[in-house]
Amino acid sequence: MTESISASRFGESLTVSGLRVVARPYRGAPETPIVDDITFSLPAGEVLALIGETGSGKSTIALALMGHARRGCRLADGRIMLGEISVLEASERTLRGLRGDRIAYIAQSATAAFNPAKTLMAQVIEGVVIHGQMSRSKARDKARALFAELMLPDPEHIGDRYPHEVSGGQLQRAMAAMALISDPALIILDEPTTALDVTTQIEVLQTFKRVVRERGATAVYVSHDLAVVAQVADHVLVLNQGRVCELATVDQIIHAPADDYTRRLMEAARPTTDKPADRDTTDSASHGEELLRIDHLHVGYGPLGEDGRPAHTVLENLSLQLNTGRALGVIGESGSGKSTMAHAIAGLVPPHNGGVSFKRRELPYALSGRDQQQFRDIQMVFQSADNALNAAHSVRRILERPLQRYFDYTRDERHARVRELLDLVHLPSRVLSVRPGALSGGQKQRVNLARALAAEPSLIICDEVTSALDTVVSEAILNLLNDLRRELGVAYLFISHDISTVRRVCDDLMVLRAGRCVEYGACPTTIDAPQHAYTRQLIASIPELRTDWLDRQDFSSG
Amino acid sequence: MSTNNASSSRASDAPAFPPWRSRLAHTPAKLWVGLSLFGFWLFIAVFGAWLAPHGMGAMVSNQVFASPSLAFPLGTDHLGRDVLSRMLIATRYTVAMALAAAVLSSAIGATFGLTAALVPRFVDIGISQIMDALISIPSKMMALLIVAVFGSSIPLLIVAAVATYAPGAYRIARSLAMNQAAMEYVAIARCRGESRVHIALVELLPNIFGPVLTDMGMRFVFIVLLLSALSFLGLGIQPPIADLGSMVRENISGLNQGSLAVLAPAIGIGTLTVGANLLIDALSSKHDD
Amino acid sequence: MHSPVLRLIGRQLGSALITLILVSLVIFAITSLLPGDTAKLVLGQFATPDQVAALRAKLGLDQPAPLRYLHWLGGLMTGHLGVSASNDMPVSTLIAQRLPASLLLAGITTLVSVPLALGIGMISAMYRGRLADSALNVVTLAMVAIPDFLVAILLILLFAVHLGWLPALSYISSIHGVGDFLRVYAMPVATLCTVLVAQMARMTRIALINELDSAYIEMARLKGIGPVRCVLVHALPNAIGPIANAIALSLSYLMGGIVIVETIFNYPGLASLMVDAVSNQDLPLVQACAMLFCAFYLLLILLAELAALLANPKLRTR
Repeated sequence: MTESISASRFGESLTVSGLRVVARPYRGAPETPIVDDITFSLPAGEVLALIGETGSGKSTIALALMGHARRGCRLADGRIMLGEISVLEASERTLRGLRGDRIAYIAQSATAAFNPAKTLMAQVIEGVVIHGQMSRSKARDKARALFAELMLPDPEHIGDRYPHEVSGGQLQRAMAAMALISDPALIILDEPTTALDVTTQIEVLQTFKRVVRERGATAVYVSHDLAVVAQVADHVLVLNQGRVCELATVDQIIHAPADDYTRRLMEAARPTTDKPADRDTTDSASHGEELLRIDHLHVGYGPLGEDGRPAHTVLENLSLQLNTGRALGVIGESGSGKSTMAHAIAGLVPPHNGGVSFKRRELPYALSGRDQQQFRDIQMVFQSADNALNAAHSVRRILERPLQRYFDYTRDERHARVRELLDLVHLPSRVLSVRPGALSGGQKQRVNLARALAAEPSLIICDEVTSALDTVVSEAILNLLNDLRRELGVAYLFISHDISTVRRVCDDLMVLRAGRCVEYGACPTTIDAPQHAYTRQLIASIPELRTDWLDRQDFSSG
Repeated sequence: MSTNNASSSRASDAPAFPPWRSRLAHTPAKLWVGLSLFGFWLFIAVFGAWLAPHGMGAMVSNQVFASPSLAFPLGTDHLGRDVLSRMLIATRYTVAMALAAAVLSSAIGATFGLTAALVPRFVDIGISQIMDALISIPSKMMALLIVAVFGSSIPLLIVAAVATYAPGAYRIARSLAMNQAAMEYVAIARCRGESRVHIALVELLPNIFGPVLTDMGMRFVFIVLLLSALSFLGLGIQPPIADLGSMVRENISGLNQGSLAVLAPAIGIGTLTVGANLLIDALSSKHDD
Repeated sequence: MHSPVLRLIGRQLGSALITLILVSLVIFAITSLLPGDTAKLVLGQFATPDQVAALRAKLGLDQPAPLRYLHWLGGLMTGHLGVSASNDMPVSTLIAQRLPASLLLAGITTLVSVPLALGIGMISAMYRGRLADSALNVVTLAMVAIPDFLVAILLILLFAVHLGWLPALSYISSIHGVGDFLRVYAMPVATLCTVLVAQMARMTRIALINELDSAYIEMARLKGIGPVRCVLVHALPNAIGPIANAIALSLSYLMGGIVIVETIFNYPGLASLMVDAVSNQDLPLVQACAMLFCAFYLLLILLAELAALLANPKLRTR
């Protein structure tokens, strides 16, 4: 019955014109625009996606729609009309009344957006109760109904729990309940599935799509992922560096992008299904020499139990073989143990049991047991370029250190070698004098790679090297990795949560789940004809760049 | 090629650092007030002894607690000595002892902090447990205890201040070093086969140096306050030499006459510590503005 | 659901006890590192070897250090704190005479300073970056670095010397009625509060601002929650741990400040007793006073940790 009363409230139209948000980078600095001249209009009940890379201003626009600007930012100019209400001209008091009532917000990380000290229920109903929209007990009833509708387990009691007691996907649903409880006219979803694993993402996405559609609410969906957007949006607004590149229907954007930048985004997002010419699908064991071999590896932590095993097992009975010049992809969701595997091989985490050999010699578990040759031969590249580079050292110093350690170069030879390395990773030599803080994310990752290459290793362990990067930049890094392997014959152990990146780089594929290998084989065959149910689910969960993809998926959610 | 384009187009939006001139023009008044107060006392500490018209112990007037006059701009003290001259000389002891103790505390703290971040866990736990016990002794208690046992010569006062404040410096340095040691560049350095000493000095130290310096500034302020308080209690530096704190003590009987002999050194200590505190705050918060 | 909490509390108690024992060890170690011989020191340089030996035996100095430590520790537990070296009275009697006055002074100061500091900290955090916050920020920044005797001197000069409203010295024996009480305690308490309030207010502000910067506060604001409710209902419960810790740390300063204040106002408390003991090198008395102050401080820290524990549902429910 609530639906029938409030149905008329649903779906206001949204018009934005000439929106400008400015920021002051530090006290006394001139204001610089973060987004400028943003104009669009969205009919009631339709969904608009804001898409762009890091720094494109998409979240800033989403927050501006609620009359909110983050610290140091200011809503400088423009008009935002939600139905008859002018958001930017509204008083602080009116705005407070709008938020959590007519406009609702779903944040990126539910884990951070829920107050750890209060129960879910208290937070879900807080807005409507404060606004006097309904009584506490009515709000509780409605929340329970929403929990059930959003397919949360135990909807009657889950509200009594604290945020740390439920999973990330469940929290994201609870946040949707918090947004929907006021029957808002406009729902803003700010990267609502980005922090989730792929298999969870698809379930949450399906639920979100259903509830938004059923209510006929107007929605703005912020994302960096075109494939996700294609599933939920009617219109797409492409942003680049704070300005509108293209505004069109989702079909137009996918099939006939007009703008240059949009085309580049699309290119990077479309998985290259065609394999590079020199790649083949035959058994990888027949290529090259044996480089790395792992037999029945066990890794765990905590005190040893009676059976002589650690209390918590991270990796169990893992075996693999990687030959020279080959690339093995290791894929798994968070908690699958894939990073632990990288750390164990690198010598950072001691395995509990099992054999590791490198170049047919035993590789000691601990770093202290390894020799200079082994240090040089195995290099690592990490996910977060930010803290993988010493912020206090210049790029030159970072690149010269491995050269000093492993080789007897003269000063001039070293300088020449550093320049060679920069050429390899396509960086200009002017970056040598700067510190990592002055580099962009992509540039930092290139320096990371160059430092690994400086050692002239046989094996580079790549741990989520592109997951912190924007699509276009990560595309470039993947191309670079492929080029380097072709030119230098280095082998990769490539760890990722993203099948399409692994497919771009690797010959073989290993799928990890909860510390166990569920499937291991040649990359193209495994992806095209997965044997294990989990692999199939993993592959099927990756959104495709088609508007009807999500509706065709059949998952039993929850 | 396309890879190159992507990187160079990004290079343009690398964070731009503002020119220092415009930055300086907008620094808060805190910085200028702090800088001038602290700079003033630093100047006195270095050159005061040469500027003093009279010696420290010279009884130049037969009037005690005399009001300011042309001859004695800050009046005279309880023995008829020139307050200005005594302050000019005493400042050196106040500043130098505190500075020495602060530098030593931070150096000891940073050394142990860096060590704790790199040694096996049980060693870290051992060091930390002992330091925690030392921190749980309120600062003045520790200093009083040491003074009670060993007396109060200048080196022992410095030792007392270091024993009081080095454990806190350790705790700060350790947590800074631990944060850095958890970063991936340290893991990379370990995989490169670098020694612990290299990691501590070359990789970690430059990254914790700034915050440790800020912490040293805070410790300087606290140590000035501690040593002045000890002197004020008559347990600090002993006659014939005097620091600002002991000048306050000697002349406390002049308080009911409102004599500058007690007020001036007390205000001297206050302006030194407040100035230093403002300066440290202005310098350390500049980064996150 | 209660047993994990009890276990955590038990663990906290255990670690506090270990720290207390370590502290006693440190205090004992420092006091027994005395260069030269206590007995000689007491008897002066003209004492005969026999006299020295007799006193050493009496003081137990002829026993090995670990045994002396255990003996001292046993004495601490049973209240036998030895005999004062300077006036031959039992240490426990001396302390019992002075302790209540100090506790009263510390108690009043805590009651005045904590609410004041919390209020200032919350106002600063709520009006962050605005004029009120900037002004409070500069004032508290200056106040934390002011020597307490300067505050006391200025107060005495103004209220006792110039205005003649308040007595410069605290004669607590002359208290008859509330008016006297207020007149005697006004200046000592105000002196102690100056630095204490500034310190606690700053730490409260930082603890709150840390929380106010978090995503859940932005979420609350985007739900239409006003700034006051954001601070009181959302940020405060999460900041209780750090704030309790800040209060405990600041009260450690109180133990030092009380030493100065008792001396300057001639207040007959434990701290001034300890200062006298330090001047006279009366080690049994110094040891006992130091131990008492440290134990009291550890108790405060323990209470703060327990408060943090109980305020955090993550710890509470796991």
